[in-house]
Amino acid sequence: MEPYLPLIWAFLIATAVFLYVCMDGFDLGLGILFPWFTHKDERDVMVNSVAPMWDGNETWLVLGGAGLFAVFPLAYATIFPALYMPLIMMLLALIFRGVSFEMRFKAVTAGGQLWWDRAFSYGSYVAAFCQGIALGALVQGIRVENRAYAGGWWDWLTPFSLLTGLALLVGYGLLGACWLIWRTEGGIASKSRRVARVLGIAMLGFIAAVSLIMPFLQPTFYMRWFSFPGILAASPVPLLVVFLAWRFFLALPATEKLEAEAPHDPTGRSFRWRDGAPFLYVLGWFFLSYTGLGISLWPNIVPPSVSIWDASASPSSQMFLLVGAAVLIPVILCYTAYTYWLFRGKVRIGEGYH
Amino acid sequence: MDWAFLPTALNLARFQFAFTITFHFLFPAFTIGLASFLMVLEGLWLATGRTVFLDIFKYWLKVFAIAFAMGVVSGVVMSYQIGTNWSVFADRTGNVLGPVMGYEVLTAFFLEAGFLGIMLFGLERVGKGLHFGATCLVAIGTLISAFWILSANSWMQTPGGHSIAPDGRFMPEDWWAIIFNASFPYRLLHTVTGAYLTTAFIVGGVGAFHLLRDNTNARTRTMFSMAMWMAAIVAPLQILIGDAHGLNTMQHQPQKVAAMEGHWERQRGAPLILLGMPDMDAERTRVLLEIPRLSALILTHEWDGETPGLTDVPRDQRPTNVPLVFWAFRVMVGLGTLMAVVGVVSLWLRWRGRLYDTRLFHRAALAMGPAGLVAVTAGWITTEAGRQPYTVYGLLRTADSVSPLQAPAVGASLLAFILVYFVVFGAGVLFLFKLFAQPPHMAEEGPRDDEPIRTAGITPGAHMHHQEGADTRPGIRRH
Repeated sequence: MEPYLPLIWAFLIATAVFLYVCMDGFDLGLGILFPWFTHKDERDVMVNSVAPMWDGNETWLVLGGAGLFAVFPLAYATIFPALYMPLIMMLLALIFRGVSFEMRFKAVTAGGQLWWDRAFSYGSYVAAFCQGIALGALVQGIRVENRAYAGGWWDWLTPFSLLTGLALLVGYGLLGACWLIWRTEGGIASKSRRVARVLGIAMLGFIAAVSLIMPFLQPTFYMRWFSFPGILAASPVPLLVVFLAWRFFLALPATEKLEAEAPHDPTGRSFRWRDGAPFLYVLGWFFLSYTGLGISLWPNIVPPSVSIWDASASPSSQMFLLVGAAVLIPVILCYTAYTYWLFRGKVRIGEGYH
Repeated sequence: MDWAFLPTALNLARFQFAFTITFHFLFPAFTIGLASFLMVLEGLWLATGRTVFLDIFKYWLKVFAIAFAMGVVSGVVMSYQIGTNWSVFADRTGNVLGPVMGYEVLTAFFLEAGFLGIMLFGLERVGKGLHFGATCLVAIGTLISAFWILSANSWMQTPGGHSIAPDGRFMPEDWWAIIFNASFPYRLLHTVTGAYLTTAFIVGGVGAFHLLRDNTNARTRTMFSMAMWMAAIVAPLQILIGDAHGLNTMQHQPQKVAAMEGHWERQRGAPLILLGMPDMDAERTRVLLEIPRLSALILTHEWDGETPGLTDVPRDQRPTNVPLVFWAFRVMVGLGTLMAVVGVVSLWLRWRGRLYDTRLFHRAALAMGPAGLVAVTAGWITTEAGRQPYTVYGLLRTADSVSPLQAPAVGASLLAFILVYFVVFGAGVLFLFKLFAQPPHMAEEGPRDDEPIRTAGITPGAHMHHQEGADTRPGIRRH
């Protein structure tokens, strides 16, 4: 078992980060969409649709951080100082956002409400943008000497990291729009469909741009994608992206038709998987992009020099936490799914959860 | 190294950690106890059917939602800051502390976050029994969280169960010995009890505030009474626990105890210095008020026992700020004693049937509202500043733990933290005070389904709190 521990943990940490991107992605996306939804009722519905879950969504980010500390301490100790500024800005932005979840409903005056709305929206923008920057900076490589970060405090700022920052902003916004298509109806849903169409096209553009630049960032990436047998693994990825794009742009109008034909639902709790189709297709894009990234970086956790084996904690540490993770992660997924199921259905104006 | 005029990256990082963790812990110190209090209230409501308990539950649930959110977001910062600012520490201790914190996330954070949504918004969807289950799981989650994080902190104070690799990394040898290290049981008990007292005195303070205005409100009387029972039972108990914790500290971290006592020389029959000022240059404490032999009696339980002194070890192994440790300790003990006095007086008043109409006592309880928070903070300053100059006691120096960061980077982020914390948490705390200013109202039976219940989104239970006999349109806007 011992030789496989770093592999298992690399898979688990990657999964945790991906789950974070899926779950907090759409709820950050709602804040990103605030400028398009200016009416108070719309914003209330948007925030209501994630209020019971946002805290759990964000916990995956904590698991990513603490998990890295536990099983790849060298990665934790070099990535975090290297990405100092974007990570600190992300944390500060998440503070604004997290507190405004509660506070925006409790603001007494319209002015107070407006400020908390801004805190929520700007916080979402900054957090998403900084996460994208962090991702881009990591992919570009982090200088490590003697088990420590050896670069400066502005190394993360490059045209590529700004590009990935924008890409994630658009991606999260798109996830948010698709979430609203799934979880709302009427005006909010139809506006979300329009926004999703625009952001979907933009997202495809960003996927293409990042994919084209990536192979030229580091020679190993180039080798991986444009040499045999890498090219075999690589070639289906763009095809799959295009296939999902086709399905996505078909699914958007389909949800509209679905809503028009749906029987009256007084409680708003009936559940239709097909409303969620655009959301799932976008998750598919995220999954493909994320997998592509993983293939490029493999087997490094801190490119270009630190592999998952270099960064691994002792087998005893990895094993000790793995025993717990093997039992607890399935349990966590179960009760998370239960919460999502419990708060399913369409969220309506003037209606919160009680 | 010059603290005041030329802050180094190390000192900025230290100050940043001190600032963010002090701010952060204010919220869990309150919500650990509050979650348990809510569990008891809902349990009592289900068991007795008396709505007074449900009213108090809903009153404090609103407070909990805000305080918990602030604890969560300020806590996320902590889990990243070890990596950003203390990367050498992270690399050296990751093998040992990483899994401990990993277990905290897996067993506690997800549990709290997963069931918080149901606790706040799910009463109508899941029914009473399941909802009570969610409340219990959130309360248990806060305690599990305390278990792991205090285990990690205690390991830094009294490391055990590890070996040290040639490159300086701590390697796990015995997980049981790591988790249940020498100071852990004492610290866990002392901290959780402190958190319960913190909540009891905040609830008691809010209760007292409303009793002073209207001492006929059954909900106010009940919450005040419950808080005073806690004070009466737990505050004296905490003194005993604190004493045991102190003895444990003397055994494993004698320098910390010497700093707490202001003792520079190892001696027999040491006096207890009540007031004084430790002078680090002169290596003596200027004493204003002391009680002969009492320190020896407390620390060794003998009149003539031997107690450690700061000069037992060279200067570079002593706590770096002795006056801070000395005074923080006095603040904690002083407030702890006052809390016990409040508890005892409440018992006497209760026995005389005067608990609800002794205004002087209500004023005292109101003034003591923040006592728990202040005492808990002072206690943490004592134990953390007393651990210096080490992050892992005796084995890894603070100066050797810091990230290779430039001072401007740490300085800029420190400023940003201070600004954001005061603005955001300031607004949050201000709002908590607005909630405290509302008296707990009588409930309306269940939500109405003929019209939207409220216009302003999620305010768990807000619609339950309209003024009796006043406008029945609920909504928080009038509050």
